[in-house]
Amino acid sequence: MSILVNKDTKVIVQGFTGKEGSFHAEQCLAYGTKIVGGVTPNKGGQTHLGQPVFNTVADAVKTTGATVSMIFVPPAFVADAVMEAAAAGIELAVIITEGAPVRDMQAAKAFAVKHSMKTIGPNCPGVITAEECKIGIMPGMIFKKGNVGLISKSGTLTYEGANQVCSEGFGISTAVGIGGDPIIGLSYKQLLPMFEADPETKAIVMIGEIGGDLEIQAAAYIKENITKPVVAFIAGQTAPAGKRMGHAGAIVSGGAGTAKEKMEALEAAGVTVVVSPADIGKAVAKVMGK
Amino acid sequence: MNIHEYQAKQIFAKYNVPTPRGIIANTPDEAVRNAETLGGSIWVVKAQIHAGGRGLGGGVKLAKSHDEVRALATEILGMTLVTHQTGPEGKLVQKVYIEEGANIKDELYLGVVLDRAREMPIIMASTEGGMAIEDVAHDTPEKILKIAVDPAIGFQGFHGRELAFGLGISDKNEQKKIIKFAHSLYNLYMENDAEMIEINPLIKTADGDFLALDGKMGFDDSALGRHPDIEDMRDISEEDADEREAAQYGLSYIALDGEIGCMVNGAGLAMGTMDTINYMGGTPANFLDVGGSANAETVAKGFDIILKNPNVKAIFVNIFGGIVRCDRIANGILEATKITDVRVPVIVRLDGTNAPEAAEILKNANIDNVIAATDLADGAAKAVEAAKKA
Repeated sequence: MSILVNKDTKVIVQGFTGKEGSFHAEQCLAYGTKIVGGVTPNKGGQTHLGQPVFNTVADAVKTTGATVSMIFVPPAFVADAVMEAAAAGIELAVIITEGAPVRDMQAAKAFAVKHSMKTIGPNCPGVITAEECKIGIMPGMIFKKGNVGLISKSGTLTYEGANQVCSEGFGISTAVGIGGDPIIGLSYKQLLPMFEADPETKAIVMIGEIGGDLEIQAAAYIKENITKPVVAFIAGQTAPAGKRMGHAGAIVSGGAGTAKEKMEALEAAGVTVVVSPADIGKAVAKVMGK
Repeated sequence: MNIHEYQAKQIFAKYNVPTPRGIIANTPDEAVRNAETLGGSIWVVKAQIHAGGRGLGGGVKLAKSHDEVRALATEILGMTLVTHQTGPEGKLVQKVYIEEGANIKDELYLGVVLDRAREMPIIMASTEGGMAIEDVAHDTPEKILKIAVDPAIGFQGFHGRELAFGLGISDKNEQKKIIKFAHSLYNLYMENDAEMIEINPLIKTADGDFLALDGKMGFDDSALGRHPDIEDMRDISEEDADEREAAQYGLSYIALDGEIGCMVNGAGLAMGTMDTINYMGGTPANFLDVGGSANAETVAKGFDIILKNPNVKAIFVNIFGGIVRCDRIANGILEATKITDVRVPVIVRLDGTNAPEAAEILKNANIDNVIAATDLADGAAKAVEAAKKA
């Protein structure tokens, strides 16, 4: 068990034949992900990385039965790609591309929700079920199979957290990089119940950052609904207010969205909050009863 | 990207959002000519910088004669204006906006921003214009109206009625005017990929007209490609020179006031590194995300930018190599120490793919001021120690 994706998940790639799409699709195939094809307009009928290329997502879905799409198209075309996937009946779109305009993502997400398509990202490392299925750009070898679920806004902090968890002798069930844009797809609040329901997951690591209030919403949800232990880190305790810290959504504006308020809310919800990401592994070991 | 008040008012004009008439000036002579062109007997001389609180800082003043316009323009042009948003170093005023005086009856607040929780724009309005909206939100949150507009349906009549009645406007003619005002503002926000628009104050004149007395606008950087007219309004003198230089090399840099320079891949880990340094009793000198593909050139550039800050006593390079192999980064760091003169101790933590090979490379290079660290905690501790010894 795991959440969202597993060894049987059939995946297509939008932006399959581009530089980024090709490179990462190849890495995913090497990891064992069932990539069954890809989409690049006007290249339909060709074969790329040993898989068929289609002109449209609808064609790809019809022929391959894929349920998940990994999206690598350039920023200006992301919304179009997401909406195409939703219209074609894709169940989950994983959007890796960084720099999609916020207005576009607002419209694309609203359309995805209307079509019951889940989205992850944009501007994220993707999702990985350890040793089964990697859909994204993360280094697969650091994710050893185990019982810790991970949700993170940051790519490299996902790797840092997973690496520490594995160094402590534990492993990862599924790790989801949700991205740090102002508007994102699946967030803590939707992923926490999935991990709660997953028998393989025994503990959850959530990594957040300054900006917005998703972590506060998560705290309220955890308090009422989550019985499994949760370890959290919030990045940006030392970030100056009003400055955008790399991610489009990582900004304290009007005094709201600080690390402090998020850490306090999570602590009040019974979450083990670490002040430094260097302590994530040790905190997981503690809640796992090692 | 942010723009000046006078530029925001140019955009308002395109959308028929009413403002007092005004003309931008670069010199006192121009300021006087502008006052003559505008006519009337009262003018406001307004410093143009990208920061709020200009009035309190002495950057907005009333003139009652052409001589006063000249005197005030002379005083304000070239001054370093310090407000609660500029930081203690302030900002140099290079332009003044000469605006006709307005007959103010009421001061309101009107803005449009993205509500991240609702995932749609909201129109924010308040009868408490002229004050910092953050303070109003803190002290009297009930005095702020928030009207979410779903872009799928756009600005509808009911949004307008909610706004007009919410602001306590009972005159039917005035209701029409404020609704049209807000509708135009919403269209401007959507059509230009604005990130936020703020009018504070929006005034009601004695004649019952609504005018944008101020205007603040920011735009989504990711969407500037499709708005060349807005990109043209960029004033680079308002931006931090080091941040700008870093951006040209694909680096995301923000200066802080501590002693330990940080070079990290990924924004989250970069913030996490600053937090860890702080947790261990040190102070971070900067945020620096070198991005996904750190190489010798970007690392060298990173060192250059970090070392421009004279307070830096040690540098902590914290890279979690995923797709990028650590041995390549280690070579990049060695290469960078040859390209640029790194005068302080450099603590290097490389983890992930090929980390053992990277450690070997750094060890064999045997450079005095390059110190290897095993993990994040070890690296941060060594950096804090090195900075304390310096």
